[in-house]
Amino acid sequence: MRATRARSLATERSSKLKQIFSYKVLQSAAVKIVAAALFVIPTTAWAHGFAGSRFFPATLTTDDPFVNDELSLPTVSSIVTPDEGGTRDTEVVVDIAKRITPNFGIELGETLINLKPPSESSQTGFGNLEVAAKYQFFESDEHEIILSLGAEVEIGGTGNKRVDADSFTTWAPGLFFGKGFGDLPETISFLKPLAVTGQVGVAIPTSASTRTVTLNETTGERDIDIERHPDVLEWGFAVEYSLIYLQEQVKDIGLRAPFDRLIPLVEFAFETPLNRGQQGQTTATINPGLIWSGKYFQVGAEAIIPVNSRTGNDVGFIAQLHFYLDDLFPHSLGRPLFGGKK
Amino acid sequence: MKGVILGFLLIVVAGSASLKAHAFLERAEPGVGATVQTSPGEVRIRFSEHIKPAFSTIQVFDVSGKEVDKCDVHLDRSNQVLLRVSLPTLQPGTYKVVWRVVSVDSHVTKGSFTFRVAR
Repeated sequence: MRATRARSLATERSSKLKQIFSYKVLQSAAVKIVAAALFVIPTTAWAHGFAGSRFFPATLTTDDPFVNDELSLPTVSSIVTPDEGGTRDTEVVVDIAKRITPNFGIELGETLINLKPPSESSQTGFGNLEVAAKYQFFESDEHEIILSLGAEVEIGGTGNKRVDADSFTTWAPGLFFGKGFGDLPETISFLKPLAVTGQVGVAIPTSASTRTVTLNETTGERDIDIERHPDVLEWGFAVEYSLIYLQEQVKDIGLRAPFDRLIPLVEFAFETPLNRGQQGQTTATINPGLIWSGKYFQVGAEAIIPVNSRTGNDVGFIAQLHFYLDDLFPHSLGRPLFGGKK
Repeated sequence: MKGVILGFLLIVVAGSASLKAHAFLERAEPGVGATVQTSPGEVRIRFSEHIKPAFSTIQVFDVSGKEVDKCDVHLDRSNQVLLRVSLPTLQPGTYKVVWRVVSVDSHVTKGSFTFRVAR
């Protein structure tokens, strides 16, 4: 689950910022199958964003490929969306992730939203509750690869309508990946600190459309507004260059604190509606930024740059304080409930 | 919400003095990616956390993949974050250092780097 990002517009009207790359909770039967598999499949994961000697930070916009105990408190974002001629959407998100086993975890997320249309008073309220599960099914230490499957559900009706929280539930299964380039040849060793993480998924609303009936006070007739909700392909990736990796694994270039813990990165987040008259109307943002990773927490900040007018016309920002619960509370909250030392 | 955030931050700040985390490499001698003029007597790696010596290793390999260290990995007596392994006299060439450590709270980290002996 990831904090705010420009989600657009799976509907004709709605373009408020939401978590775009969300993975949705599996349906009951699937959960049972995965849960059963967790206890019979041997695991070799190191957990906490590590694959071999690669440390993957928690990215701000796209979701992480690993399972961990972590808390984002808070993630703050603000951007002007095209709604009603330019609505400023400011959000404060809290996400908590908890490992059940070393390779399987669940997450909860909630968002406080403030919408400020031009020339109108602002509206503040909560978005829908988001619940997620993720299973890390592959890890290669040698090639610094992590793969996970997950799903998230945005529970319809749990948020406030005044901030456009959907009345219907949306499911979003997804695949998450991470690849470090520490296995590149020595001749290009300065590219070894590069890594890519990302995800591909589909958000599937449980309602194809929403019909709103209003009374036209001028004509006395009823106006019927039909808002259509397409399935949406959600995809994105982050390209990062870890100065931590550079200093520890490739070449000590003499960086000292706090610069030796920096990870410059650029995130790319896309949403492409697939049907219901909106197919191909992709919205996207490019988010360049910086993460500083310490022992127990990381801080990050990125600009949010819309790539087209459907997404927005103004540069926004996102910033996050993110705690490593497994480092803060290694013997209690920060370890898996079952089957792991960590 | 403010109370929750402030409360959590207070716990973190108050407890941070006794907390342990993943052990990251802070400094190495010979340095990561460095070229040294003469054969070093040992490899020393300073980590960010106290580590468990029984579960922590440093190995040094030559270009053919042969281990060349003296297999005597040990913690520095006066510094529980400094891991050391002795080396014989090394021939000029490139050597790979592979390390794996377990911090006192059982987090595992590992990594590798190279250094070069000039002559």
